Amino acid sequence: MKKELEKREYKHKVNVVGLHKYFDDLQVLKGVDLQVEEGEVVCVIGPSGSGKSTFLRCLNLLEVPTKGTVEIDGYVVNDKKANINKIRENIGMVFQQFNLFPNMTVKKNIMFAPVDLKKMTKAQAEEKAMSLLKRVGLEDKADAYPKQLSGGQQQRVAIARALAMNPDIMMFDEPTSALDPEMVGEVLSVMKELAAQGMTMVVVTHETGFARDVADRVIFMADGYIVEQGTPEEIFTNPKEERTKEFLKCVL
Amino acid sequence: MNFEKVLSDGTLWEMLFSGFLYTVESTLLALLIAFFLGLITCLFGVSRSKVLRAINKFYLWIIRGTPLIVQAFYIYFAMPQLIQVIGKSMLGSSVPMFAAMGASWATFRIEPFTAGVVTLSLNAGAYLSEIFRSGISAIDKGQMEAARSLGLSKGRAMYRVILPQALKICVPSIVNQFIITLKDTSIVSVIGFAEIVYQAKIYIGRTMDSFATWTIVACFYLLAVTILTIISKQIERRMNNDEKRARKKRV
Ligand SMILES: Nc1ncnc2c1ncn2[C@@H]1O[C@H](COP(=O)(O)OP(=O)(O)OP(=O)(O)O)[C@@H](O)[C@H]1O
Ligand SMILES: [Mg+2]
Repeated sequence: MKKELEKREYKHKVNVVGLHKYFDDLQVLKGVDLQVEEGEVVCVIGPSGSGKSTFLRCLNLLEVPTKGTVEIDGYVVNDKKANINKIRENIGMVFQQFNLFPNMTVKKNIMFAPVDLKKMTKAQAEEKAMSLLKRVGLEDKADAYPKQLSGGQQQRVAIARALAMNPDIMMFDEPTSALDPEMVGEVLSVMKELAAQGMTMVVVTHETGFARDVADRVIFMADGYIVEQGTPEEIFTNPKEERTKEFLKCVL
Repeated sequence: MNFEKVLSDGTLWEMLFSGFLYTVESTLLALLIAFFLGLITCLFGVSRSKVLRAINKFYLWIIRGTPLIVQAFYIYFAMPQLIQVIGKSMLGSSVPMFAAMGASWATFRIEPFTAGVVTLSLNAGAYLSEIFRSGISAIDKGQMEAARSLGLSKGRAMYRVILPQALKICVPSIVNQFIITLKDTSIVSVIGFAEIVYQAKIYIGRTMDSFATWTIVACFYLLAVTILTIISKQIERRMNNDEKRARKKRV
């Protein structure tokens, strides 16, 4: 068994302070601050190119922040000494393009990380995989390959794969944007259930309906800033900022 | 030009068979070494370290920038000479270990077979390195991100997720390199490496039966390459069938 991260005292589950991100000369994030509490569901909305994905990817260091700190469970993620692989085990990530491993069956996709990282034995991982597949309604697809599944099914497998590591935060980057409209619902309902079970979630989405129903807090991002945040009610029915109103006019 | 007489000459067959065995042996050995050499240098090439990337670049530059025949001469003649000179200069050293090393280096020689295999390995290694690199770059970068976000280290993700997919894509190119190396062994015959072309030259020197001998030699190569091509087609077909079956099931 590899050494686990020791538990630390922390104020916020996720604590982002003064986050800046440049791609060469292009400044994408211009000082973002955000705290997410345990069990909270935060939805991030905003126009294309505003830096939502970049922000999310900075949280698990898929992008390295240029300036500022990202703290998760009390660990500074973008500290040179941080054990990023260990920290990532606690942060599940779901991508727009699913990114399932095409050379592995559905079950293998889910079992892969826990077994490779020696978190579980093969038998434990298999049991876990089957129970997760049951949870996302795909028990009968255990031995199929990703290619044989519809987009919605693939995304549900991707969620199960992320859950297999028993993360306590789940991040979603437009999980339904690559799906045919009739498949959006099945993925959102899996996410809703996850939220209901108390998972801490950060969700970048264009699904305002989902954000309204499920989010505890909605963040509106534009041009690399958080322009406005509040309850779904505050943001969707009573936006204060001009920029927010403009954006909502276009999507609602 | 007496085909019948040549065909029934046992010595010829003996020479060609032993030569061809050498050809196949050195090809297999060289490719085995080249596979790992190519893999390691390819990983150098995609690594974050500037030094490792520079090593990879330099290696490819040297191998691609010089003809195989010069590489063979270099390994067989030039390198031993350099080692001998260094060895001789170390002979007078007051450090006993250096003096002993100098003594063995001063008379350093390399067997044609060894030199041939080393040359072919270095050569094929560079080309395989490029093949692997193109295979790796063909894999969507979302695969690496997915693996990393699950908690795998970069090396682990490369080994368990990226390479298995990349190598599968590379199979046709790897077989192609196999064929090239098989034929390239004939060029290495110039250093006295007794493969099939070398044997054929000796036989012709004795009998002057150029036409018949070269025809037979060509047939040896054709046979080997044909077998390799069939195997490669079969592997490709099997991979395509897997995909087709996968698509059918979805309907
Ligand atoms: N790896 C990269 N290199 C250079 N520029 C990048 C990179 N990734 C993103 N960008 C740029 O950063 C800006 C923000 O991109 P980002 O993907 O974060 O936006 P987004 O809000 O997620 O948009 P969308 O809704 O279209 O997904 C864009 O202008 C994009 O072109
Ligand atoms: Mg995005």
